[in-house]
Amino acid sequence: MFAFIIARILQAIPVLLTVAAISFALFAYVGDPVAQMLGQDFTLAQRDAMVHALGLDQPVYVQYAKFVWAALHGEFGLSYRLAKPVGTLILERLPATMELASCAALLALCIGVPLGVYTGIKRNGALARCIMILSLIGVSLPTFLIGILLILIFAVLLGWLPSFGRGNLTEVFGYSTGLLSLSGLKALVLPAVTLGLFQMTLIMRLVRAEMLEVLRSDYIKFARARGLSTRAINFGHALKNTLVPVITVVGLQLGGLLAFSIVTETVFQWPGMGLLLVQSIAVADIPVMSTYLLLIAVLFVAINLIVDLLYYAVDPRLRLNRRSLTGRG
Amino acid sequence: MNPFARFLDSDFAYSFRRAPVAVIATVVLVICVGGAVFAPILAPYNPFDLASLSLMDSFHPPAFMPEGDRSHLIGTDDQGRDMLSAIMYGTRISLFVGLLAIAFSLTVGITVGLVAGYLGGTVDAILMRIADVQLTFPSILIALLVDGILRAALPREFHDKMEIWVLIFAIGIARWPQFARTVRGSTLVERGREYVMAAQVIGLSSRRIMTSHILPNVLGPVLVIATLNLGLAVLDEATLSFLGVGLAPTEPSLGTLIRIGNNFLFSGEWWITIFPGIMLAAMVLAINLLGDWLRDALNPRLR
Repeated sequence: MFAFIIARILQAIPVLLTVAAISFALFAYVGDPVAQMLGQDFTLAQRDAMVHALGLDQPVYVQYAKFVWAALHGEFGLSYRLAKPVGTLILERLPATMELASCAALLALCIGVPLGVYTGIKRNGALARCIMILSLIGVSLPTFLIGILLILIFAVLLGWLPSFGRGNLTEVFGYSTGLLSLSGLKALVLPAVTLGLFQMTLIMRLVRAEMLEVLRSDYIKFARARGLSTRAINFGHALKNTLVPVITVVGLQLGGLLAFSIVTETVFQWPGMGLLLVQSIAVADIPVMSTYLLLIAVLFVAINLIVDLLYYAVDPRLRLNRRSLTGRG
Repeated sequence: MNPFARFLDSDFAYSFRRAPVAVIATVVLVICVGGAVFAPILAPYNPFDLASLSLMDSFHPPAFMPEGDRSHLIGTDDQGRDMLSAIMYGTRISLFVGLLAIAFSLTVGITVGLVAGYLGGTVDAILMRIADVQLTFPSILIALLVDGILRAALPREFHDKMEIWVLIFAIGIARWPQFARTVRGSTLVERGREYVMAAQVIGLSSRRIMTSHILPNVLGPVLVIATLNLGLAVLDEATLSFLGVGLAPTEPSLGTLIRIGNNFLFSGEWWITIFPGIMLAAMVLAINLLGDWLRDALNPRLR
């Protein structure tokens, strides 16, 4: 187990260094910082002094090492657009995105899994068929369109829920959250539903497919033969065994949630990292882009690592295989 | 029998006729594609002809509403563009970007997959490692970042001129790993077959074996995935355009139209957003349904 974790972490390091290299290349070669800082008139001596002061006359690998070192200390330079340290900018926006993404994930899981089980068990029922058709539409509708439709219905026509922003925020230990006030919660509903809907349909379809597969297997027939109740078979035997692929997909979809939060945040003007990224891309704000790239890579590597570990914990076959492969079984 | 009659008589055509969903999806798709391809002939107005636009015509509601007029069936937008024509031209652009992006993605994916699968060893390990890493990131994120990087790297004027190609590149490059992995998988199987050995024995070059012997045999599965990915690529384009990093309002795709309309949602002009939205959703749904059916129809295990 320990060796497995170490191996996974060692595999992640080159990935992170590669992303850091891309991020660094963006930072160093796209655009000319010296020309931007010196303006129109400068002598060659001034130029050389500036190049020296910025450390641009050093070999590339030294510059790269310095970049990684600074990044490890949370220093990513200044945003071209807002002239503020990028690290601070992103940290300010992080709670909003995390709140949105975790609520959406929770929503997707809590509704998606039961619906999947239901449609799996009653696969020819009228209600189950309706749900399946609706879910297909859910998969085909792009996130931003769902957001617009929800705004049209619940904000414009009915006027029940706000359509943009985060509502009143409360400070808790220096972390501003919208979960503690009514207006904050109301503001969260539409974005969270928008973001969670796609993942929900995905989880539902996956659980359904896995349930159908498992319900056909021999050990379910055997459980029936033993006279176990349908309930015990469905939830105790079948659902448990659908969990392995569900965990993988849910884990990988957490990354998807972060990516699609970019879209949702734009639709609802939710002040998170995604909105920051879109605004930065529109004006080619390189420091913000390269930092976002780096941060997302770290998050994704972490998520993948956790998924791998969960996999290992949930699926005993994986442990057996590994042991037999290394000849220690 | 002529080839057409033979096609009508085939298993494939039979199972198509027996699947109402596939037939409806095809009809919807033919209408969408037909409207898009023949937009210059069919569309009632030319939305790109700035001289014909008049602000007097702006914000006309659809014809079925009380204040609507019959010259603009589903209304006009903020600049007096006829929505029906704008949607037809917009679909044209959306499909153009989606198709070319998938074609680009397929080319890269098939090449990488064939080379990795046939040569094996270090080449295979490196290429597939890259594909794995890219697969962990959602494709929309990669497309967004590639587009952003190119926006920063290319000179402004050049970028504005090449905008649509930049978009195609960004969307295409985000999707190659799936194709590469599928092709590599089938190539690994084909590589061990006798006909490949025979080709090797008579001394054909690796390139020749890959392109004219293995390629035709691994194309089937990857084309099915390409159909499903076409729907996703069209959505990618719409999403990027909606976010404002795709195509400019002067040459609007469906995503751009929805983005323009989104500004007028609160003032009651809902048709500017909703109709392009319906069009996009219907088209993508049709592509997805058809792709799903194709996957099942071509899979002998499900018959």
